[in-house]
Amino acid sequence: MAKYISKRIVYLILTLFIISSFTFFLMKFLPGTPFRAEEKLSDEQKIILEEKYGLNDPIPVQYGRYMVNIVKGDLGVSFQFDNQPVTKLLINRMGPSLQLGFQAMFIGTIVGILLGVLAAMFQNTWIDYGSTFLAVLGKSIPSFVFAAVLQYIIGVKLQWLPVASWDSFASSIMPTIALAIFPIATAARFMRTELIEVLGSDYITLAKAKGNSKMEISFKHAVRNALIPLITVLGPMAVGLMTGSMVVEQIFAIPGIGEQFVKSIQTNDFPIIMGTTIFFAFLLTVIILIVDILYGIIDPRIRVAGGKK
Amino acid sequence: MKKSKFYLFTAIALSLALVLSACGAGSDKKSSSNGDSGSKNDQVLNMIETAEIPTGDPTLATDAASFSVFGQTLEGLYTLNDKDVPVPALAEGKPSISEDGKVYTFKIRKDAKWSNGDPVTAKDFVFSWRRAVDPKTGAQYAYMFQGVVKNANEIMNGKAKPDQLGVEAVDDNTLKVTLENAVPYLDSLLAFATFAPLNEKFVTEKGDKFGTNSDNMLSNGPFELKDWDGTGLTWKYVKNDNYYDKANVKIKEVNVQVAKTPNTAINLYNTGKTDITAALSAEYAKQYQNNKDALKMVESSSWYLKFNQVRNGKKTPLANENIRKGLAMAFDKKAYTDTILSNGSFPSNGLVPKGVHQLNGKDFRDASGDLLTTDKAKAKEYWEKGLKELGVKSLTLELLSDDTENAKKTSEFFQDQLQRSLPGLTLKLTNVPFKIRIQKQDKQDYEIQMAGWGADYLDSMTYLDLFVTNGGNNKTGYSNKKYDQLINDAKVKYGNDLEKRWETLLQAEKILVQEDAAIAPIYQRGHLKLIKPYVKGFEEHLFGPDYTLKNVTIEK
Repeated sequence: MAKYISKRIVYLILTLFIISSFTFFLMKFLPGTPFRAEEKLSDEQKIILEEKYGLNDPIPVQYGRYMVNIVKGDLGVSFQFDNQPVTKLLINRMGPSLQLGFQAMFIGTIVGILLGVLAAMFQNTWIDYGSTFLAVLGKSIPSFVFAAVLQYIIGVKLQWLPVASWDSFASSIMPTIALAIFPIATAARFMRTELIEVLGSDYITLAKAKGNSKMEISFKHAVRNALIPLITVLGPMAVGLMTGSMVVEQIFAIPGIGEQFVKSIQTNDFPIIMGTTIFFAFLLTVIILIVDILYGIIDPRIRVAGGKK
Repeated sequence: MKKSKFYLFTAIALSLALVLSACGAGSDKKSSSNGDSGSKNDQVLNMIETAEIPTGDPTLATDAASFSVFGQTLEGLYTLNDKDVPVPALAEGKPSISEDGKVYTFKIRKDAKWSNGDPVTAKDFVFSWRRAVDPKTGAQYAYMFQGVVKNANEIMNGKAKPDQLGVEAVDDNTLKVTLENAVPYLDSLLAFATFAPLNEKFVTEKGDKFGTNSDNMLSNGPFELKDWDGTGLTWKYVKNDNYYDKANVKIKEVNVQVAKTPNTAINLYNTGKTDITAALSAEYAKQYQNNKDALKMVESSSWYLKFNQVRNGKKTPLANENIRKGLAMAFDKKAYTDTILSNGSFPSNGLVPKGVHQLNGKDFRDASGDLLTTDKAKAKEYWEKGLKELGVKSLTLELLSDDTENAKKTSEFFQDQLQRSLPGLTLKLTNVPFKIRIQKQDKQDYEIQMAGWGADYLDSMTYLDLFVTNGGNNKTGYSNKKYDQLINDAKVKYGNDLEKRWETLLQAEKILVQEDAAIAPIYQRGHLKLIKPYVKGFEEHLFGPDYTLKNVTIEK
């Protein structure tokens, strides 16, 4: 296992290197400069500013400098937020996005699995149809529509929760629900399909023959096997949720990273684009690694380290 | 064994969930009194902004959100009153001015203090201004000094040292400013945050951290900035006890929440969590235009069609004056401002907006009059004459604009209006992101462009100067020697003769808009926000900070 993990860490570093290099060169194709008063600056001033930020150096020089700085742990300073180190910005903005992502993922998986299990166990009954209906709804309506509806009904009309802001746990509830709708739907659909298949397999028939109850069979034997494909989709979905949803963050006035990332691209804030991309890539690769390890835990027949014959 | 692993997995998942919920609750520490107006005479104001504060360093600031902060926390020699007239602030009365109008000597109030108790001195201005023009600082708004304060150009181009700037502290309370030419609008510049003083000791001590959060900032104005972490969506203004005029500041605390979607802002407003919204977008402005809380405000932003006469070294059809005049008169400006914008914007028939330049109580826009009005019949005549001159029966032109929803709607409106009024015209729409529009403009790679300009100072020159031959922002190929001469005369010859200067600028605008139709004026922008009736004394400005809160009171 240790050998497997260290090998994966080497791949992780390599992946990050390729992604950051690729992003760096792509970024150079963005039109315009990162200077906010671009319209009002004279050509001489633009030259002075480019010199100050090292943007007039040849691209390979800029690339080399950037890579050396990354190794030193320096992601540079933002252009949008003057003199704010990118690392500080990432830390400040990542917190709310990660928290919401984790919460949405957690609720999404638990509720989704439960709905899926119920649907499979009570196949072709009103429970199954109800769960399917909810899943279709959750998959087809975008999270920001749920967000706006929740804000209006629970925030404005009923006034149970804050309309928008980020100052208490209460203010994270509505965005979490809005974000959780999609994972709930996905998990429920996956779970139902897989479980129905598993429930039809021989070892379940054997368990039934032994006289085990339906509940016992489902939770002891079937659910666990049905979880494997689900975990495969949940990994990347978790990253998607944790890296922030721009629209949901905007609707609930959450100081998250999603909206900031989009804005940094619009404003050519190169250091933030790079910093965020590297961080997202890191998160994704780590989660894929965790998923791979989880396979082994859930089903020991899957040998992550490559078994000996 | 298998069973134990499964339970272990479940246990890990559950504990993770618990930790996370705890994290969420733990992040409560920043709890602000947002939305909690408290008791009736609290004098606490809650308001919305639409963007984060990019910087707390007034020298580096370039955008409305930062300037709004400095409008509450910093004062310069002048400040704007409720009618946008610059009035002395840190300057003690009016300065003494040399006969040629080039040397100003200001006395600085002795009771002016920084929020750390230090006195505000003439040296603070010298330090701040030199720092702004020093190319090493990278101040994007340093251009405001160019052609105004002596040697600013040379310093910014690296040909002189910052200490050669025309500003000098004669003693702690006397500031001498030497200008390149007489500048009639100097007082409005002096009300702008880039010209505000900075406490040298504090700024030097903080180094790169200066202005990166509210702890790294000093105030000399009515309020201090608090609880701003540098990138967050909330902050506060708290009354500054060291402010010389604190007796007249009634508000104790202002809570600001950034809400980027207008729907959220309106929901916060309707549930009483905020007392003022930010400017509403077009669709909401239309919906709320007759609401009793609606406040319609005028901005200094002038919008027009920019006609490019030379593209890739070749003359475009827009080099033909009749074609330009035809286009400029063929659309219904009122229908556009009333139906598409509905936010207080109104039609404009000249380049210089209402309110930015006055002389002897008269507004430049009124004096200049309607230079290019809608007249579809005349437009058709000009257009047909133009087509004949070009020897063609029809023309396909391109309209370049931004890619926002509103910009797209606007482009379609113009396509419909122009194609209907001008037979033989096909208007192709190109909607691109702002950065690309600016890039296309810089390369003069467009035919017609929807463009706008906001005042850099309170004078018609900030607009008229744009279209001199080869001007940095001209980018239309427009060139008229007489126009160039008039602008130059107004700058150099008549800096000290305001009447003549006024006449010269009026004449220049007439040539640019009426005679040459180099651009086609459309509208002056306005905006609509919602404000609770108990908020009194909220002042908005055409220039500089969007608003000031110094005179606000809550009268519930």
